[in-house]
Amino acid sequence: MKKSLVLVLTLIVALTLAACGKNNNEGAASGSPSASDSAPASSASGEALSGTILAAGSTALQPLVEQVSTKFMADSKYSGISVTVQGGGSGGGLTQVQGGQADIGNSDIFAEEKFKDADADKAKELVDHQVAVVAIAPVANPNVGVDNLTKQQLVDIFSGKVTNWKDVGGADQKIVIVNRPSSSGTRKTFENLALGGPSQDLPGSIQEDSSGTVKKLVGETPGAIGYLALSYLDNTVKALKYEGVDASVENITTGKYPVWAYEHMYTKGEPTPVVKAFLDYLMSDEIQKSDVTDMGYIPVGDMKVARDVNGTVSNK
Amino acid sequence: MNSPVKRENAAADRVSHFPKHIREEWVGRVYVYACVALLVVTIFSIVWFIASKGLTPFVSGAIRIQDLLTGRVWKPEGEPPLFGALPFLAGSAYVSFIAAAIAAPFGFCAAVFMTQIAPKVGRRVLQPAIELLAGIPSVVYGFVGLSVIVPFLRDTFPGQGFGILAGSLVLSIMILPTVTSIATDALSTLPAGLKEGSFALGATRWQTIYRLILPTTLPSLLTGIVLGISRAFGEALAVQMVIGNAPHVPTSLLQSAATLTSIITLEMGNTVGGSLHNNTLWSLALILLVMTFLFVFIVRLLERRAKR
Repeated sequence: MKKSLVLVLTLIVALTLAACGKNNNEGAASGSPSASDSAPASSASGEALSGTILAAGSTALQPLVEQVSTKFMADSKYSGISVTVQGGGSGGGLTQVQGGQADIGNSDIFAEEKFKDADADKAKELVDHQVAVVAIAPVANPNVGVDNLTKQQLVDIFSGKVTNWKDVGGADQKIVIVNRPSSSGTRKTFENLALGGPSQDLPGSIQEDSSGTVKKLVGETPGAIGYLALSYLDNTVKALKYEGVDASVENITTGKYPVWAYEHMYTKGEPTPVVKAFLDYLMSDEIQKSDVTDMGYIPVGDMKVARDVNGTVSNK
Repeated sequence: MNSPVKRENAAADRVSHFPKHIREEWVGRVYVYACVALLVVTIFSIVWFIASKGLTPFVSGAIRIQDLLTGRVWKPEGEPPLFGALPFLAGSAYVSFIAAAIAAPFGFCAAVFMTQIAPKVGRRVLQPAIELLAGIPSVVYGFVGLSVIVPFLRDTFPGQGFGILAGSLVLSIMILPTVTSIATDALSTLPAGLKEGSFALGATRWQTIYRLILPTTLPSLLTGIVLGISRAFGEALAVQMVIGNAPHVPTSLLQSAATLTSIITLEMGNTVGGSLHNNTLWSLALILLVMTFLFVFIVRLLERRAKR
C-alpha cells in the first residue's frame, strides 16, 4: 500500500513538472503581442479591424492615451478594437513592450536612454512613434511666495544647498522636496534639461511614484516643491517660471522654454495593422488639434524645434 | 426473482476488480496527495525562483553581499551604480518593531478584557470589531494614513509628517487583529484551576492577571507579537504611501524613510528584467523571504516553550 502511494506521488510530481515545462516553452514561443493574433487576417481584405491593444508606461502620457482610446473605441470604424491603457512609468513601458507583454510602450524618454551598454541591442528592436510633446514645470505649494526660479536656484534646492524658501526670495519656510524615483522618465527629463545633471535623493525628501500623488502632496504640504508634466497642472499647485520663462505653448514650440520632452509610443518592430490604426488615429489632425492641446500637451507638428536622442536641439 | 440481480452486481464488482469502498478510498487519497504535491512543488519553485534571481548579482560578482547589507547609499542609476540596502533594512526593522510595540499593549488589554473581565461583551462586540480590521484592504489604510495621520503629524510635530512614525501607526492598526486573536486564544486556554487557586489565596483580579496570567501565557503572547512583526515587515502598499521613500537611514521618527517592500514596489516596474538593478531588487525580495523564515523559526521555538 505504501509503495503504491509513493508511486502515485512521484507520478503526480512528474506530471506537474512536465506541464510546467510545456507552459514555459509555449511562453517563449508566443512572445509576440496579443494584437498580432487576429489582426493580419482581417486587414488584408480591408474589412473592419479587430483585436486588442495594451498600451503601458509613462504616467505623464497616460491621461491622453486613456482619453483618446475611449474616443477611438467609440468610433464605429474601429468598434472591433479594444484598447487597454496602463501606467507603470516610462521604464516599465519600455520594458514591457520590449518583453512583448505590451503592444505599445509609452515613454517620456528615448529607448536608447533606457537600454544602455549591454542592453543597447534591445533599443534597436523598438520603433519610435512621437505622438506629442510635453513640457515639465517646477511646481510648488501656492504659499511659498516664489514664482520664478533660476537654473542655479533649482540646482541648489535639489542638491540640498538651499533649504529655506527665504533664500530664494520667498517666505521663511523649510523646503520639502517631492521627488520621483530615480528610474522615472519625468525625473530624467527634469534632471537633464532643467538641472543639467542628476539630482540627489536627499535625507528628508519624499519620493512618490506617480504624478498624481506628487500633485496631491505638493498641494497639501507646506513648503513643498516638485515637478509635473503640464498636463497635470491645476490651481492646487503653483507652476514656477524657469529662468523667467513661462511654460507657455509659444515658449515651448519656439524652444525658449527648454524643459520639454517627446512623448514616445514604442512598438516592437513595425506596428501591427491594429496598433497602426490606433497610432494613426492619435496622429490625426482631429485628435492633435483638440484632445492633445486641450489636455495640456503640444502637437508634435507645432514644434518649430526638434531634439535628437543626444539632446541636441535644432530648428526644423 | 432476486437472484439474477444479485449475480449481476457480483459480476460488476468482479469486472472492476475493486469493491466500491476501496475505490472511494483511493479517490480521496489521490485527490489529497495531488493537492499536497502541487502545494509542495509551488512552494519550492517560488523559493527557487526568488533565490536564483536574487543571488545573481552576488554570483556574477557585480555586488558583494556585505556591500548590499551594510552599504548606506542606494543609487542604482549612478556612475558607478551603488546598491546599499541598509536604509531599507533599517526602515523595515524600525516600522515593524515600533508597530508591534504600539499594538502589543492594546492587543493584550483587549484579550484580557475579552477573557477575564467582560467575556460576554468582549466576545460579542469587541472581537468582531477587531477582526473587522483584518478585512480592510491595505490601500485603504494607506489612504487614511495619507489623509489623516500624515497631516496630523505634520501639524503636531516638526517635519513633514511622512516617516517611520506615520508608517508604524498605520501598521500597528493593521497588525492589531493578529496580536489580539492569538493573545485571546492563549488566555482562554489557561487551565481554570490556576486562576481559582490564585483567587483562593486572596489575590485580587488585577494581581491574578498581572502576576499569574500574563507570565504563564507569555510565550504565546510573544508568538502573537512575532507574527505581527512578520506581517508588518511584509506589508508594502500602506507603508509606501505614508513613509516618504527617501533612501536614507532615518535619524528621527519623523524623517522620511524607506522599507524593503516600498523600494521594491516603487522601482520594480521601472527596471528592465535581467538588468543588475532588477536583479538587486530580487535580492531585496530574497532578504524578505529569509526574514520570514526567521520569524517562522522564532514562532516555532516559542510554541515549543509554550507547550512545556
